[in-house]
Amino acid sequence: MADGWWTYVVIVVAGFLATDIWRWMGVLIGHRLNEDSEALYWVRAVATALVMAVTAKLIVFPTGTLANSPLWLRLAAAGIGFAVFLGTGKRVAVGVLVPIAILIAGLLFLQP
Amino acid sequence: MSPPRGNLGWFFTGMRGIISLPAFILMTSYVGFSAFALESGMTRGEAVAMTLGIWALPAQMILVGSMLGNAHIAASFLAVTLSSIRMMPMVASIMPEMRTKKTPLPMLLFVSHFIAITSWVFASRHLRDVPRDFRVAYFAGFGMTLTLTNTLIVGVSYGVVSQFPPVVAGALFMLTPVYFIASIWASAVQPVVKIAFVIGIVAGPTLALVVPGFDVLVAGIGGGTVAYLIDRYRRRKAGGGRV
Repeated sequence: MADGWWTYVVIVVAGFLATDIWRWMGVLIGHRLNEDSEALYWVRAVATALVMAVTAKLIVFPTGTLANSPLWLRLAAAGIGFAVFLGTGKRVAVGVLVPIAILIAGLLFLQP
Repeated sequence: MSPPRGNLGWFFTGMRGIISLPAFILMTSYVGFSAFALESGMTRGEAVAMTLGIWALPAQMILVGSMLGNAHIAASFLAVTLSSIRMMPMVASIMPEMRTKKTPLPMLLFVSHFIAITSWVFASRHLRDVPRDFRVAYFAGFGMTLTLTNTLIVGVSYGVVSQFPPVVAGALFMLTPVYFIASIWASAVQPVVKIAFVIGIVAGPTLALVVPGFDVLVAGIGGGTVAYLIDRYRRRKAGGGRV
C-alpha cells in the first residue's frame, strides 16, 4: 500500500472524483428533465432497476459472514418476508423484521 | 406536513431523519467498513477521508480493494468509476422533484454529493411531503447529517469494533437489502417503478453470472429500458392510444 500523502491523492482522484463526476452529470441531466416527462419515466425505471440489482446481489452473493450461510435460507427469508409485508398492509417495519427473524432463526438452527 | 417555516426549519426537520431505521442500518454498515479498512491496512485518517469524500459504500470497498493490490491510480479510478455510474440516473431521477426553477445549480451540485442509496430511498419516500421551495434544504439536512454522522462513526469505531458475533453480523448485513426491498416497494407510486423493481431483482443476480463486472449496469440500463417500454405499452392501452 502506498504511503502518506500519495494515498490521499488516490482517494481524491480515484475515489472522490471517480464517484462525484457521475453525481454532477446526474444533476446536469436531471436539471433538464421535467416532472412527469417521458424521459423521467425512463430515468426512474433505470435508477430503480439499478438499485434493485445491487440489492438482490447483496442477498444472492453476500460478503462476510453471510457468505457461509445457505442461499435457500437467504432467499426464503427475503421471499417470505416480502410476502408477509405485502399481505399485511405494506408496513416497512414488517418487511424488515420478518426476514431478519427468519434469517436469525435459520442461522441459529443450522449452527453446528 | 406542518405549518409554514423557513429553510432552516426544514433543514432541521431533515436532520431528524437521522433517528430512523434506514439511518441506523447504514451506521452498522459503516462500522463494518471501519473494521474492513483497519484489516486492509488503511489508517484511521484514510478511512475517514474515503467516507466523507466518496460517500458510497460499494465504491469505498472497491477502492480499498484496489489499493490493497497496489493497483495503478488509473486502474483504481476505472474500477471505482464503473461502480459509480449508477449514481447518474439515481441523482437525475430525484432532481426534478427536488429543485425549483430558482434553485441555483451550484447548490444542487453540492447537495448531490450526499446522494447515495440510503438517501436516494429517503428522498423518493419523503420529498413529496415537503413544500417544493424547501425540498433542497430538507434533503441537505438529512443527507449532510447522515454523511457526517457516519464519517464520525468510522473515525470512532476504527480499532474499537473488530468483529460482531457471526449471527449478529449476518443479521446486520441482511438489514440493508430487506430494508431497500420493503421501502422502495412501499414508496413506489408509479407502476413503472414496480415493474423496474421486479426486473432489477431478477436481472441483478442473473446477469452477475452472465456478464460479471457489468451486471449492475446492464441490469439497470437494459432492465430499466424494458420496464419503461412495458409501462409505456400499458399506459397506451389504458389511455386508448394516448400516451
